[in-house]
Amino acid sequence: MSLATYIAQRRQQKPLLIMAHVVCGYPSFEANIRALEIMEDAGVDLVELQFPFSEPSADGPLFVRANEESLKAGTTIDQCFELMRLATQRFSFKIVMMGYYNTVYKMGEALFVKRLEDAGGAGYILPDLPIEESKVLHTASAAASIDPIILMTPTSSDQRLAQLGAASRGLVYVVARKGVTGGKTDMDDAVVALIKRCRQYTSVPIGVGFGITCREDLDALTGVADVAIIGTAALKAWESGGPEGLQAFFKALTV
Amino acid sequence: MNIFDFSEGREGYYGEYGGVFLPEVLHATIEELLACFRECKSDPNFWREYVELLQNYSGRPTPITHLPNLSRRLGGAQIYVKRDDLNHTGSHKINNVMGQGLLCRRLGKRRVIAETGAGQHGFATATMAARFGFDCKIYMGAVDVARQRPNVFWMENLGAQVIAVEDGQKTLKDAINECMRDWVLNMADTHYVLGTACGPHPFPEMVSWFQSIIGLEAREQIMALAGKLPDRVYACVGGGSNAIGIFQGFLSDDNVELIGCEAGGLGAGSNLHAARLAYNDASVGVAQGFKTYFLQNDQGNMKETHSIAAGLDYIGVNPIFSYLWEQGKVRFEAATDTEVKDALRLTMRTEGLIPALETTHAFVTAIKEAPTMAKDEVILINQSGRGDKDIFTIADALEDHKWKSFIRGKSDQYQREDN
Repeated sequence: MSLATYIAQRRQQKPLLIMAHVVCGYPSFEANIRALEIMEDAGVDLVELQFPFSEPSADGPLFVRANEESLKAGTTIDQCFELMRLATQRFSFKIVMMGYYNTVYKMGEALFVKRLEDAGGAGYILPDLPIEESKVLHTASAAASIDPIILMTPTSSDQRLAQLGAASRGLVYVVARKGVTGGKTDMDDAVVALIKRCRQYTSVPIGVGFGITCREDLDALTGVADVAIIGTAALKAWESGGPEGLQAFFKALTV
Repeated sequence: MNIFDFSEGREGYYGEYGGVFLPEVLHATIEELLACFRECKSDPNFWREYVELLQNYSGRPTPITHLPNLSRRLGGAQIYVKRDDLNHTGSHKINNVMGQGLLCRRLGKRRVIAETGAGQHGFATATMAARFGFDCKIYMGAVDVARQRPNVFWMENLGAQVIAVEDGQKTLKDAINECMRDWVLNMADTHYVLGTACGPHPFPEMVSWFQSIIGLEAREQIMALAGKLPDRVYACVGGGSNAIGIFQGFLSDDNVELIGCEAGGLGAGSNLHAARLAYNDASVGVAQGFKTYFLQNDQGNMKETHSIAAGLDYIGVNPIFSYLWEQGKVRFEAATDTEVKDALRLTMRTEGLIPALETTHAFVTAIKEAPTMAKDEVILINQSGRGDKDIFTIADALEDHKWKSFIRGKSDQYQREDN
């Protein structure tokens, strides 16, 4: 089932879906599984599995450290795909790969798509790969029903949004504010206006991320976006409260 | 050859190297920068203003110095040195920085950020910011902050804020990542003054353009001084900005051999070096906004690098060089830390010149090759920076006991003053 179909089906039961985030191998693969179990129980609809990279220049401090620690512990790409395979077999949510383009470039685009497909992945987010450079990858993934998740941003001109919209499939990731991951964003009128502007240029579902931390944020996005994307806030909850902390975090979000 | 004619290929690509690999949020910023740069490059008044600024502020044109003692001692080619170490702030970095300062003013931005390795680029940027009245923040790996305190001291006293970056291996590449993180937030009022001919297009072209002033001057000067074109031109290559600067004076001369000298660190096979092209350890990848040869593992993660010279301690190389190297237009060699120390001693004693540790890598290769060349052949070395800033590292490397007891005495004095 394609990402767009999956999101459309889920959306019939829920006004706003949730996409959560896990850094592979951080703090450990066992902890990843535990976090995914909690996400499944909380009714999370999509999960990004971040493949750690040594130069995570689009990430904020918390994820930078997570990438670094994971690599220090010896995390390999094989292990990341293995986690993806296990998770797609076991859980009901859809999984997408998140990472940096060099991971894909180094293994080769065709092989990346094949491995993603074999592991049951539905798409990928590569924040440092602009659409001008993604033709080969997008073509290869279209043949395998894997969707590239394209980012639209507050600095994108209408002309640029039209280009991004034309290349979009499966899900569009609207970056709620400038900067890197982590930190707080006010889900105010400006964000709503941005989402509406993006909506004019794409027919695929829209996810919104960067700075979503609480129930109020979800309320603000309900009826405006299709998916709320939660990254740093969940990892923070895990870091300060362990599995129970993560459980409580998602509970507070969904009750 | 015009490496910047993209009419037959893709804009910003040199063969398959270069390009723009940045987060979408920077797309508009990089387009704005490219448009402004194209405007400056096609405006003869801009270049005139740039040259005048460097003449009045930085002492350009820098001279070429003949090294008769060293040439005689080696018994081969005549060695000449382009003295970019005589620039204000002590290196070629000021060329690019003053150029980008003019460009930043045209962009209407009031804040600049920069990464720095050895601290020379940070020092130059802080100087430029003070002169132009920009706010300035410099990102520098914590390891480099520790080994280049004199430059940190000057940056701070010139009014810049210096941030010690604690991520990754805490050197130049990590400082670049941190600049990117600042830029994706503050692009509206901030220009990123990238210090070398790396990163996303148009930076490699822009930095090369500003640094081409070295080659323009050098070609004319060496013809006047030596009566002929040089047979070989040597320059050290970290990111590769001083090298592309001087090489551009000779790219169309088929009889001039161009040699880039990388950091061999502890040597080939040691895994502790920063030789991307001279050794066989690098492969093509995409990081820090561009495609080039990187020192990376089979998973695409960057390896630790090492050099006695902080300014050469970098994972990637100028994408233009990846192309020119494959075309056989530039030869790459590496100099080890030990060779650098020996060559520095020799250069100081025979000619009274103190090249920076970075620059000394070029001297190593030239010194190795000069004896194999005829006496009427000409070598030109780009002395990209001066070594005074390296006094702590050099004193350690040369195991200078008098220096150590001086530092101990200073430490005692500060402790007494604190009590």
